[in-house]
Amino acid sequence: MSAIRLDNLDISYGDTKVVHGVSLDIAEGESFALVGESGSGKSTILRAIAGLAPEWTGQIEVLGAPRSHGVDRTVARQVQMVFQDPYGSLHPRKTIDATLSEPLTIHGIGDRDARVEQVLTQVGLDRRFRFRFPHQLSGGQRQRVAIARALMLEPKVLLLDEPTSALDVSVQAEILNLLKRLRAEQGLTYLVVTHNLPVVSFLCDRLAVMRHGRIVEVADVAQLKHGALVEPYSQELLAATEGRVTA
Amino acid sequence: MAPMLSVENLRVSFPTHRGRVEVVKGISFELGRERLGIVGESGSGKSMTGRAILKLIRKPGLVTADRLEFDGIDIRTQSEKQMRSIRGARISMVMQDPKFSLNPVMTVGEQIAEALVTHEKLSRREVDERILAMLEAVRINDPKRVAGLYPHEVSGGMGQRVMIAMMLIPEPELLIADEPTSALDVSVQAQVLDIIDDLVTRKGMGLILISHDLNLVSRYCDRILVMNAGTVVEECAAGQLDQAQHPYTRGLLAAMPTINENRDELPVLDRSQWAGT
Repeated sequence: MSAIRLDNLDISYGDTKVVHGVSLDIAEGESFALVGESGSGKSTILRAIAGLAPEWTGQIEVLGAPRSHGVDRTVARQVQMVFQDPYGSLHPRKTIDATLSEPLTIHGIGDRDARVEQVLTQVGLDRRFRFRFPHQLSGGQRQRVAIARALMLEPKVLLLDEPTSALDVSVQAEILNLLKRLRAEQGLTYLVVTHNLPVVSFLCDRLAVMRHGRIVEVADVAQLKHGALVEPYSQELLAATEGRVTA
Repeated sequence: MAPMLSVENLRVSFPTHRGRVEVVKGISFELGRERLGIVGESGSGKSMTGRAILKLIRKPGLVTADRLEFDGIDIRTQSEKQMRSIRGARISMVMQDPKFSLNPVMTVGEQIAEALVTHEKLSRREVDERILAMLEAVRINDPKRVAGLYPHEVSGGMGQRVMIAMMLIPEPELLIADEPTSALDVSVQAQVLDIIDDLVTRKGMGLILISHDLNLVSRYCDRILVMNAGTVVEECAAGQLDQAQHPYTRGLLAAMPTINENRDELPVLDRSQWAGT
């Protein structure tokens, strides 16, 4: 069964159409990347799946069931999103404990205390962080909290929007390792938005290259590794990255 | 030839409720008309080093040095007024994020003009000509239109190019670029750095490029200082980065995924090896 299926998806913000006719099929357990430059509509696709960009037409299916346009509790339990900036995505006046418990309260799930502890252990955060505020944590620790928050409802699919681009290289390595381990442990499906191709190479199985709101090419990660992307624009992206790596 | 900038035993400290904390712990380096990269993680003191050179660290921050000289001028003893004639005109700085560093209520043209007329007396026509030429130099198409736009009307990459134009128009001798591209995406990053590189080489300026991205710095600089916890742990020529010796530098290099990544797990820095920040 496919975890996420998009069929001829158009997404608009007001009068501006930003995503044009995107179709994708992401299998359960797969890790799929959307790459492209800023403004290519890759984050917007994640937002539409999460229900944050309700003006879309076409079809979004999550684990075989079509998604409605509004806030959808079943989808929320299956699909959770991790945002780019850990400095902006955590409520500054809520403790880590409050942030992590909130999804459980909303969905009426009990045993909160144990679950918060469990998820903190999963993301590799010490128990003493539980009653701190976001400003008392470093960027990497905050991103761990953001991932923990997304895991609270035990979703099947994680939508990761540039999960490491606000972090230092060394901290990025820690978070990438964490994401890889969590996926192996819990059989998660990832849909990752990034403009960093080496991250795709490390974390993903397949990728789609986007430009101006359209998918230019869907490729296997092996193709990326061997520089065998077909479309000229994909090659351009690859060249921009390679120049930096081989210099 | 005497170096353009020489720094000896530079220290920057800030008071906290547990006493003064040194964020830069006695670093020394010299810079000629070359491109120097300063690399390190957040909190390694690299930005503070850049700011200290321009005397931009305000009280209660404290800067001391045995020597801090730019072209024979002792920066330590310069008054605020004297510094103002150096900042921009002789040493200028490109900040990280164009969104926060450009004045939102001034048009692009006005801001660039301001940077220019602060240091030079020119007629209105000359100012306009210089602005358009500068915008062209940073590869902005249709400079006339862009000069009339406000910062929110331009993209991140364009905003950063505007900032570079603003910083380079008084023709400084030294440019300090503090993470000039980390707010931009990969395809634009290369463009912006190429522009800086081109202008720096063409005008024979000195460049200090501050970044956490080792590869990027090794590509655009001649020499690299690697900083950790306020000290320089390694200095090497950019081409010899792969032969770096210090475990911290090696750790940073290894932590980066590559385009052909086959490792199951990325090595993580063991912070206990060095005094943590």
